[in-house]
Amino acid sequence: MSTRVYVSRDASATSLGADEVATALIAAAGAGTIELVRTGTRGLLWLEPLVEVETASGRVGYGPVAPADVPGLLAAGLLTGGAHALNVGRVEDLPWFKSQERLTFARVGIVDPLSLADYRREGGYAGLERALAMKPVDIVQAVTESGLRGRGGAAFPTGIKWKTVLEAQASQKYVTCNADEGDSGTFADRMLMEGDPFTLIEGMTIAGLAVNATQGYIYCRVEYPEAIATLNAAIKAAYAGGYLGRDVKGSGRRFELSVRVGAGAYICGEETSMLESLEGKRGEVRVRPPLPALKGLFGMPTIVNNVISLATVPVILAKGPGHYQNFGMGRSRGTLPFQLAGNIKRGGLIERAFGVTLKEILYDYGGGSRSGRPIRAVQIGGPLGAYVPASQFDTPLDYEAFAGIGAMVGHGGIVAFDDTVDMAKMARYAFEFCAIESCGKCTPCRIGSSRGVGLIDNLLAGKEPVHQLKMIEDLCETMIQGSLCGLGGMAPFPVKSALKHFGEDFVPRTGH
Amino acid sequence: MANDDAGHQAVIDAALGRLKGEPGPLLLVLHAVQDAIGYIPPAAVPQIAAGLNLSRAEVHGVVTFYHYFKSHPPGRRTVEVCRAEACQAVGAEALAEHARKSLGIDFHGVTSDGALSLEAVYCLGNCACGPSIRLGGKLHGRVTNERFDALTRRPERVK
Ligand SMILES: Cc1cc2nc3c(=O)[nH]c(=O)nc-3n(C[C@H](O)[C@H](O)[C@H](O)COP(=O)(O)O)c2cc1C
Ligand code: SF4
Ligand code: FES
Repeated sequence: MSTRVYVSRDASATSLGADEVATALIAAAGAGTIELVRTGTRGLLWLEPLVEVETASGRVGYGPVAPADVPGLLAAGLLTGGAHALNVGRVEDLPWFKSQERLTFARVGIVDPLSLADYRREGGYAGLERALAMKPVDIVQAVTESGLRGRGGAAFPTGIKWKTVLEAQASQKYVTCNADEGDSGTFADRMLMEGDPFTLIEGMTIAGLAVNATQGYIYCRVEYPEAIATLNAAIKAAYAGGYLGRDVKGSGRRFELSVRVGAGAYICGEETSMLESLEGKRGEVRVRPPLPALKGLFGMPTIVNNVISLATVPVILAKGPGHYQNFGMGRSRGTLPFQLAGNIKRGGLIERAFGVTLKEILYDYGGGSRSGRPIRAVQIGGPLGAYVPASQFDTPLDYEAFAGIGAMVGHGGIVAFDDTVDMAKMARYAFEFCAIESCGKCTPCRIGSSRGVGLIDNLLAGKEPVHQLKMIEDLCETMIQGSLCGLGGMAPFPVKSALKHFGEDFVPRTGH
Repeated sequence: MANDDAGHQAVIDAALGRLKGEPGPLLLVLHAVQDAIGYIPPAAVPQIAAGLNLSRAEVHGVVTFYHYFKSHPPGRRTVEVCRAEACQAVGAEALAEHARKSLGIDFHGVTSDGALSLEAVYCLGNCACGPSIRLGGKLHGRVTNERFDALTRRPERVK
């Protein structure tokens, strides 16, 4: 009998050599002795490539494994969970994993992402079954009661958005999934799409039922070819299994779904820009109103939701809104998959209820910086998010608590920097990034961002630094007040926070 | 890969024929063309415009809006170096500098032998395992200067 061995096929795991490890395992053990299953990643990216072996007492992990370790591991009895320096015991028992509250990511890293049988066995499509027996208004009500707020960054209540689309009268409505995930430090969307794509497909199908939309699109960034391939294969399997198409599971309800690919523009994550791009146009931001919920894709009522928002809907329906609502703190209900990145020893994906502190994430999970030096600054919520200093690491991760310190949780990306970081350079980069990615529609963003780069350069070169500082502060206000969307409107936040908390870095440099 | 004008025209016609019935098809067509040819030849713009009932200015405007669409032939392989914050936190700027020196070109450039293009990207979704690059479509994490050289100098695999 062959032993089942799991190796991740997630892009992060393969970026560290998981494919080579898988090949080495087959070559050394012989194809007949092991049954290799390629899963998503558990999110313990610091342990990848992680090899898990099914034993009588559960899935025993070895990591991080290099191809050269494989013969030694087999000799040490890998296939029976034998002792070895790389043996980490049962993966579920690792405190890093065990302490998590995996609702949205319950199956990621465990199942074969393209096996509908695995998906069903692990509780998949229970939410859709419930939804098929419900009236649209009741589905919307359940999502509202769960307290789910949009995970793309703005944290708008998902149920309220859906209600607007449901109540709009139109011959055609759409469900669109924002999988543009452009924020540095974030990879939850990617991990979910690669590791459990049926959850997203199920969530979108439920959204379609909830608002009477028959067509869905997933707008995925071109930087994620592995996710695109997995989604396309999963959609094909879902059609073949009767879960998509003219007659979803014999219900007489229709839902069609396909993937559209972006083309390397950060702004296309902004929802109206994404809709323009889906229509095949330049991704220029639209003026609101009208809301996309009323006039969205091709002018029709449209749901725009982030991957994680949509992928959380199945568990809400399957376990009931109260179950989800029970997690969290204050007005931040449920869980968020935090993504721990940058200069960190143990990075990866940590799904926890809101309320966990930044300190717990950085030290209990992260183990401090990868370099071993003190963590000096943390950027949260992507390139438009504020830099947070160590004195604020006790802040609980909750939308309102972070707004209270002038920061944001956003899509949950947490990027650590050690004390070698030059915060004036990071502020310069915030302006530069905004200049590169501006859609060009409004002047404060298009011109202001380039001007910001110049001002910081002048300051660092020692040209009237006090004057430059004043100009930078004025420019930030102009951009915040005068920009049409969050790119120009929030790019000043990392700049302002760097100035506020790390002002000592904004001094002229010698040798400039 | 189709690399003469007639070959290009045939590729573009095929893409138009296959995709023009889709709603809002321009990006789909541009992706198909770039996948097949490696870039969007300027001569393709009027052909695509005619095929989709758009103006040349509209098609040109879309091609130039998106960083991913290229109007010039790339190298046989492209190496994309992530320059976003999480990779910066673990030395991406030093790697970017090394990449320039080691390949002898700047970002958006192509090596003189046509083997490699160097591009900047802003996040590859591999932010816990940086610095990250994508080379010839394959993602690599925790890339040191030495590893960068070993990967880019490795002979290209014949398809
Ligand atoms: C500049 C900018 C970039 C954005 N990028 C993304 C993104 O990559 N993914 C995303 O889901 N939302 C992004 N958003 C937020 C979207 O505009 C929108 O709020 C979200 O997709 C709605 O889905 P949700 O309610 O489920 O979060 C971005 C917003 C701005 C202003
Ligand atoms: S703020 Fe920038 S990205 Fe947003 S609409 Fe204006 S120019 Fe475009
Ligand atoms: S910041 Fe480099 S991969 Fe995300």
